[in-house]
Amino acid sequence: MKLAIKLAYRNLIGAGLRTWLNVVVLSFSFVVIIWLKGVMSGWDYQAKSDMTKWDIGGGQYWHQAYDPFDPLTLTDSHDSIPKEALSAIRKGDMEPILIVQASIYPQGRMQTIMVKGINPQQTILKLPTKKLDTITEAIPAIIGSMMAKNSKLTIGDMVTLRWRDMHGTFDATDIVITDIFSSNVPAAEISQIYIPLDRLQQMMLLPEAATILTFRNTETDHPQINGWVLKTKKELTQQVDDIIKAKSVGQSILYFVLLLLAMLAIFDTQVLSIFRRQKEIGTYIALGYTRQQVVGLFTIEGSMHAVFAALVSAAYGMPFLAWQAKVGWTMPLDTSEFGMAIAQTLYPVYSLGLVVSTILIVLFTTAIVSYLPSRKIAKMNPTEALRGKLQ
Amino acid sequence: MENNNIITIQNLVKRFPVGKGEFTALNGINLVIGKGEFAGLIGPSGSGKTTLLNIVGSLDMPTEGTVTVLGKSIGTLNTREAARLRKENLGFIFQSYNLLAVHTVFENVEFPLLLLNFSKSERQKMVMDALEWVGLTDKVKSKPPQLSGGQCQRVAIARAMVKKPSLVLADEPTANLDAANSHHILQTMEKLNQELKTTFIFATHDEKVISYLHRKIYLLDGHIDKDERMHHDKKTKP
Ligand SMILES: Nc1ncnc2c1ncn2[C@@H]1O[C@H](COP(=O)(O)OP(=O)(O)OP(=O)(O)O)[C@@H](O)[C@H]1O
Ligand SMILES: [Mg+2]
Repeated sequence: MKLAIKLAYRNLIGAGLRTWLNVVVLSFSFVVIIWLKGVMSGWDYQAKSDMTKWDIGGGQYWHQAYDPFDPLTLTDSHDSIPKEALSAIRKGDMEPILIVQASIYPQGRMQTIMVKGINPQQTILKLPTKKLDTITEAIPAIIGSMMAKNSKLTIGDMVTLRWRDMHGTFDATDIVITDIFSSNVPAAEISQIYIPLDRLQQMMLLPEAATILTFRNTETDHPQINGWVLKTKKELTQQVDDIIKAKSVGQSILYFVLLLLAMLAIFDTQVLSIFRRQKEIGTYIALGYTRQQVVGLFTIEGSMHAVFAALVSAAYGMPFLAWQAKVGWTMPLDTSEFGMAIAQTLYPVYSLGLVVSTILIVLFTTAIVSYLPSRKIAKMNPTEALRGKLQ
Repeated sequence: MENNNIITIQNLVKRFPVGKGEFTALNGINLVIGKGEFAGLIGPSGSGKTTLLNIVGSLDMPTEGTVTVLGKSIGTLNTREAARLRKENLGFIFQSYNLLAVHTVFENVEFPLLLLNFSKSERQKMVMDALEWVGLTDKVKSKPPQLSGGQCQRVAIARAMVKKPSLVLADEPTANLDAANSHHILQTMEKLNQELKTTFIFATHDEKVISYLHRKIYLLDGHIDKDERMHHDKKTKP
């Protein structure tokens, strides 16, 4: 084995340009695959951490009737804040949020939205709720930039809010936009308006009511609360994993094509080698190799392209990947249309597992592609190989 | 004496499948070659010289008869045993040198020793000795494409000899060389034959080679036509 590696090394270096062409093609696949996978895990990381920061905190209790995908349930999905939650709320480790459906009329056009009542003093979410503490003649409200863009609202704009209170009676008031935040989390922005919790409770005639309870800490024990369903952070971010998994399937096709190109180059080299180097093969056998050992030698020689490629990739890929991780990759398209948490600029995250698994997969594939044509050697007649007469 | 025989061939027949039929390349060869001989298979093209050499070299199998080389019956060896026989006891010299082009002279000569797991210092010494025999110690770092044909064949001789094999098989070793180079390598091999008692078998129709042989085995259409021993060693030295 050691001898075969030594020989394979000499042969590859000796082959010069042909080797380096293969190595460059293969190393390109390495870098692109690692980079893309890094972007995906960077996205996964960013999406989850943005969701945690802006929307779901360390997890939530949902009122048992609350279904975010069915706004019609909102009229029933609230209840008085449960006793079990009070001490955590006092400490600021839990924040009740009341969610109500309402309409606004920016530029006279009606738009259905969710109003979220939230404590202006809260510190669990990154939302600039302090800006809800300003005293204005109208109710202060903050919105996300995606919402602001859709409804063409800017800070200081006043807009009419219309809702039905708990008795089903329509009422209306003006709200004023006191801040616009940018979170990358569509769920926290699109069609969402945040106003102070107490104001919303008054408007709804629902003092002390909440729809969800967002808590800070993932680690501490969260007991069962009657009438409320515990949603862990893991459950709430599951959707991110699902979407990223779905997007990764599309990327797999790209990996496949990249690898296929590299493998075609290696395969071609191997086939050509075996054809052109018959005399050499015969010589190895005359000097005391078995044909199987020559098959092994050629397989190692082919596989070594992947080892070289990994080294070459490390040489130019590491600076590139590190630079990418620092400056990030700014997507050419508008990410607010993406439907899930995604920043305009993604910072790739490379894990050791990602790099090692990519290298192993490429190495393994290269070994197979190198082996398949080499099997032909096992069937060669040594005397004919020596004469170089095989077709 | 049986023990002094390196090769014993009895009723050897070799047939090759050709199309639907068969071609008989060797037909009833009986031959005994003793230790330290400097013998040649001589005959016109197609007479079966290479075929016989390949079978003795365990690169090919007899169709009928027995071929015993260094006590091993070629027809019964599996591929691993045959490879081992070649690795440990046989040296090959080819018409077209068959050096590994991307390896240096040193590495080419070292190759058989790597297969035999000699240590680095042993290899170093043995390779330099072998290059000394063929007069190429100044070319250790060169690669075959930088050498002349005669130098290449001397590297090939060093490679065949470096492990001091019992038997060296040389198929038309001078076919690509001019007269001066041919004589040079033949003298080298003759010297090694005498100093190391290595048995040499040539396949040739080159008069220069024939003039050096101590035994001339004439092949014709796959059988031995004539077998002459020269009792006047070093008769011809140009
Ligand atoms: N693999 C094979 N298949 C079919 N016929 C073969 C094969 N190898 C050799 N022969 C035939 O056997 C005969 C002897 O061939 P061989 O190569 O031994 O001749 P040779 O004496 O070495 O000739 P040359 O001087 O040209 O090298 C030739 O007629 C050749 O065509
Ligand atoms: Mg021949």
